[in-house]
Parts: sequence; structure tokens; C-alpha cells
Amino acid sequence: MSVLLDVKNLRTHFHTHRGLVKAVDGVSFHINEKEIVGLVGESGCGKSVSMLSVMQLIAIPPGKIVSGSAMFDGHDLLKYKPKGDEMRAIRGAKIAMIFQEPMTSLNPVLTIARQVTETLELHLKMDTQTARKRAVELLKLVGIPEAESRLDNYPHQFSGGMRQRVMIAIALSCNPKILIADEPTTAVDVTTQAQLLELMQEMVNRFNTSLVIVTHNLGVVARYADRIYVMYAGRIVESGLSEDIFLRPLHPYTIGLLKSVPQLGQTKSDRELVPISGLPPNLIDMPQNCAFLPRCSYHKERCRLEPWPELHAVGAQHYVSCYVDTRETS
Amino acid sequence: MNAHQNNNLIEIKNLKMYFPITKGLLRRKVGDVKAVDDISFDIKQNETLGLVGESGCGKTTTGRCILRLYQPTSGSIVFNGTDISSIPEKQVRPLRRHMGAIFQDPYGSLNPRQSARTIAGMPLIVHHMIDKKDLDDKVAELFNLVGLDSSMMDRVPHEFSGGQRQRLGIARALACNPSLIVCDEPISALDVSIQAQIINLLEKLQKSLGLTYLFIAHDLSVVQHISDRVAVMYLGRIVEIANSKELYQSPLHPYTKALLSAVPVPNPVRERERVRIVLKGEVPSPAHPPTGCHFHPRCSIASAECEEFIPPLNTISGTHQVSCLKV
Repeated sequence: MSVLLDVKNLRTHFHTHRGLVKAVDGVSFHINEKEIVGLVGESGCGKSVSMLSVMQLIAIPPGKIVSGSAMFDGHDLLKYKPKGDEMRAIRGAKIAMIFQEPMTSLNPVLTIARQVTETLELHLKMDTQTARKRAVELLKLVGIPEAESRLDNYPHQFSGGMRQRVMIAIALSCNPKILIADEPTTAVDVTTQAQLLELMQEMVNRFNTSLVIVTHNLGVVARYADRIYVMYAGRIVESGLSEDIFLRPLHPYTIGLLKSVPQLGQTKSDRELVPISGLPPNLIDMPQNCAFLPRCSYHKERCRLEPWPELHAVGAQHYVSCYVDTRETS
Repeated sequence: MNAHQNNNLIEIKNLKMYFPITKGLLRRKVGDVKAVDDISFDIKQNETLGLVGESGCGKTTTGRCILRLYQPTSGSIVFNGTDISSIPEKQVRPLRRHMGAIFQDPYGSLNPRQSARTIAGMPLIVHHMIDKKDLDDKVAELFNLVGLDSSMMDRVPHEFSGGQRQRLGIARALACNPSLIVCDEPISALDVSIQAQIINLLEKLQKSLGLTYLFIAHDLSVVQHISDRVAVMYLGRIVEIANSKELYQSPLHPYTKALLSAVPVPNPVRERERVRIVLKGEVPSPAHPPTGCHFHPRCSIASAECEEFIPPLNTISGTHQVSCLKV
């Protein structure tokens, strides 16, 4: 299995009038070929910013990619100019992205045809006729009924789930190597969520694409992801195969999350939920030590004195960033 | 108030709530959105009834009818022995102090210009249940109950975090010592690590105060966790009601089965064993619902009769009711 995208030590900071926000602060991850990777964390943990940084879609200013590299196809994406030709040739063609809000990520004043054919004409240099034919095929592929007649509709004539299908069609149109889905199903209903995720899984299997699912929903990553990164306050606190994370979690935050979410099939008489005490941290002017410390029930003196621990290996593909061995304490 | 003889705090019979669709300059009525279309259920004292379904299925409308924020089109809502479905607003007001409401959006449901003290104490003032001089003590007591520090009374909503705001909303709902609380998606706007705090708080309050909950949410795993019984709604109708455990272990309605299978479980081993039912198509518009059983166009076991007849809600066993001709 070869590595497609290798991100090392990524730091993205935002200068706000209230102080420096280290939204992503030293994140390293990689995406293998034909792999489904889950990136989980709560809102504000930096999971979306990590992905947007790799795509160079961060607004500069206030944002700034302070350090890091993102190796893709032998080149460092972060060395490219955000609006340069090299980056444009990758964005949407080699690495495609699906956003949370299908309402706002489609242009409301352009027809669906225009929006699907744009990428085809731009990246694959198709002429108008061929692009239109291909657009119909793509819409059929993602399960839009009567694709020909719907091609000249506008986004508002589509339902939320259908709009997200159009987004998937656009993202897949140039046969990308990596598809990044940023909270793809947060705005839709559960049965639609299932439809869309099944569709994405089917598509990436069919086209040998790697998929990154960015989400706060632990269930979704458990169902689809092969490998998982757990983020907290701008850092990856634990990573591993799906089984490592869900069956043998080691970081106190991962353990806490799993204990706090209800599982289908269990009622209050079966299992009491154990909430994580306290609140997610404010990212402005963070202290040097572990950001989870104030909420952690395992913490030791060392956590207070030393800086945030680096990720260290605890299994073949299992990494955790914590001074405490939670297996001993529990 | 005295408990009703058969222990039901709420009894709903054939409740319908239609919203007119108007058209043209004269706003002529051309049809109805049948948001709630003939539903019946009871909620016992001290029980939590979960109401699940996808957006637009009528679960929020049902909650609002019970609070009499809407005047139902027809049907009866018996609250503690009194039918409140058609009595005038003036008579509803004094009854409303026995009902509380917690809303989804802890940002939108609190007045940004009022202090936390005013927000939590307002129901007491409105219902003339308190002397002004006792207000501080009572609000401090409410704060204590929901896990807020009473030194925060003078703050305004934006100075609270999302979880704290929801606690403030709960304090307000509890102010008049209600017997019923309608919780409408109370945790879906909160961060994952905060959700459990609120769920546990609601469970604790139910035990200590003997509350009855109508818990409305779209997240089936949360609803199932907190509820004693769960009702599943689809396009304005209840398709299945069962005890929480039974609904999971032996769902009968094809929609319930699909809904359950659509909810992923945070356990990859369990996930691999589960059968995934992916529904075709989307929820039709409640303005033009399908004939017969509303679910038939998406149902895998539907036959000709399903297009024609509206299936009644049949009792299968004990508390398990289902509305399907094929069961």
C-alpha cells in the first residue's frame, strides 16, 4: 500500500483581534491508496482547517500556514501558490472536496449543467457537447433520476440530499485520487445520510479513490473508515486502525468520547453515559501543556509540568499522545 | 394537580394539525400541509416518550400542539384530565405552568438582552407565583438544580457556553414546577462531549422531580437511550410505538427497520455484522403525501393494497403498536 498524501507537522494559525488562534498546531497524517480515513473531533478542533490547509483554501489573512509540508505525487502542495496554476491543476482534479452545506457550496444562479461541466472543461479540456454528455452520465451514476431533464435545473430545485449527490458527481468528475468529504452528511436526515455514505463508499471502491471523512459522528467513522485520526484542540491525540480506536482506545479523550455517546440498542438501564467534564478549550493563547488536561481524569503531575506530548507508537499502526498509560490506571 | 385515574398524564386521540396552503392575490386556500395527520398516543406519569422521525415528519408540530402553541385542526389532547385541544387561549395560560419546554437552539431560544435571572425567573413572574423579594433565592435554587453557579445570575446569554445555555433553558422550563416537559431536540446543537452532560441532567431531574418528558429528536440512539417508549413518525403519522428496547430488538414496521439500520454504531465489529437497509428516494412532501400508507412508494414489501388503505395502528403485544398491513 503506497502513501498518496503525506502531511507533516502542519501548523495553521489565525490572527484574530482577540489573539492568536492555533487552529492546527503540528498535525501529521497520511492517506494511503484506496483507503477510507476518518478524521474525528468536535467543532473547533481543527479537523476542517487541516483539510482546507492541504487544499490551500484558507483565507490569508487572517489565516496563515505557518509550517508543514504536504507531499502529493512527489511535490509539496504547501510550496505552491494558493492561486497558482500548479495548485489549480490539483484542486478539484487530483484532490476533490465535498463540503458540509450543499446549499452554499453550489452556486445558486448557475444551472447544475454549468457547475458539473465546469470541472470537466477546465481540467479534462472537454468541449461543451462531450462535457454535457459526461455530466448526464455522472448524474446518473450518483443516482439522480431523469438526469437529462434535470441538467438545466438550478440548485434550489433539488432537495438537500440531491444537491449533495450533485456535489459528489462534481467531485468525482475528474476521477480524483483523493476525495475529502468535510461533514458531508451533517445537514441531512439519517436515511439520506445512509444513502449518501453508501454512495460514496461504492464510488471510491469503483474508482480506486481514497476517501477522507471529516466528521464529529463516531458512528459514521466506525461504519466506514479503515483508519482513524482523533483530533482535539488543533492536534491529533490518537490514531490507529478502526479497531484500535474503538476497541482499544488509549487516549483519555478518545476513551471519554466513547463512554459519553449513547449506542443504539442500549437504554439508560443498560449503561449510564459518562460525560467528559468541563468544556472544549478556547483556542486563543493556549498553554504549552496538554490541552485536555483540565478535563482529564487520568492526569498526573508530569502532564502539568511538561509540554504537550508527541504521538508515540503503541501498536503497529496505533499512536497516542499522552504521558499516562491509561491501561494501567483503569 | 391530581393524577388522572389511569395514570396517563397526556392522552392524545386522533390529533390532526393541518396548515393551509394559500395561493394568489386573494390568498385562496388550495390545499393543506398535513403536518400531523390523525395520531393517537398516551404518556404516563413519570415516563419518557421519545418521538423520532426525519425532518418534516411532524414531531415538532406534535410537541407544539401539546403545549397549545398551535390550535389543532381536530382531535383531543387530554392533559391531566382536561381536554385542552379547543379551549380558548385565556384558559390555556394557567394550565401552561404545568408544562415546560426546552428548545433545540440554545442561542435562539434565550433573549440575548435579558439577564439569566430574568430568563429563568420569568415564568414565575408571569404566573404570579412569587414575590419579587424571593426571586433571587428561587432562581439560585433553580440554578443549583441544573448545575449552574448562582453567581452567574447577572450574566446575559452570550456569556454562557452552549451547554450552560441549555442548562439555563432547562432552569426556565423547571421554574414553575411543571409535570410535563416537552424537549424538542434539546441536545442536537451541542458538542458531542457536552451532549451526555445534558442527557444525564435530564435523567437526574426526572428521577428527583418526578417529571414526565416528551423527548423529540431525530437521533435514534439518543432517543432510545433516554426514553421508556419510542414512537416513530413518518409524514405526519405514527408508524410504530414500542418500548425502547423492544423497538430495537424487534422492529416491525419497514420504516423503523430502515431507520434503525441507518444509524451507525460506534463499534466497527458490531457494524460489520449489521444488515444495512438503504431506502430508495426521499421523503415526499407533506402537501402531497402518497395515498394509502404514506411509506408505500419507498417500501420493499408494499403491495397494491398498501396504495389504497391507510393501515390502522394495531396493537401487536403489550405496548407494541404498529401501522402496517403486512405485519
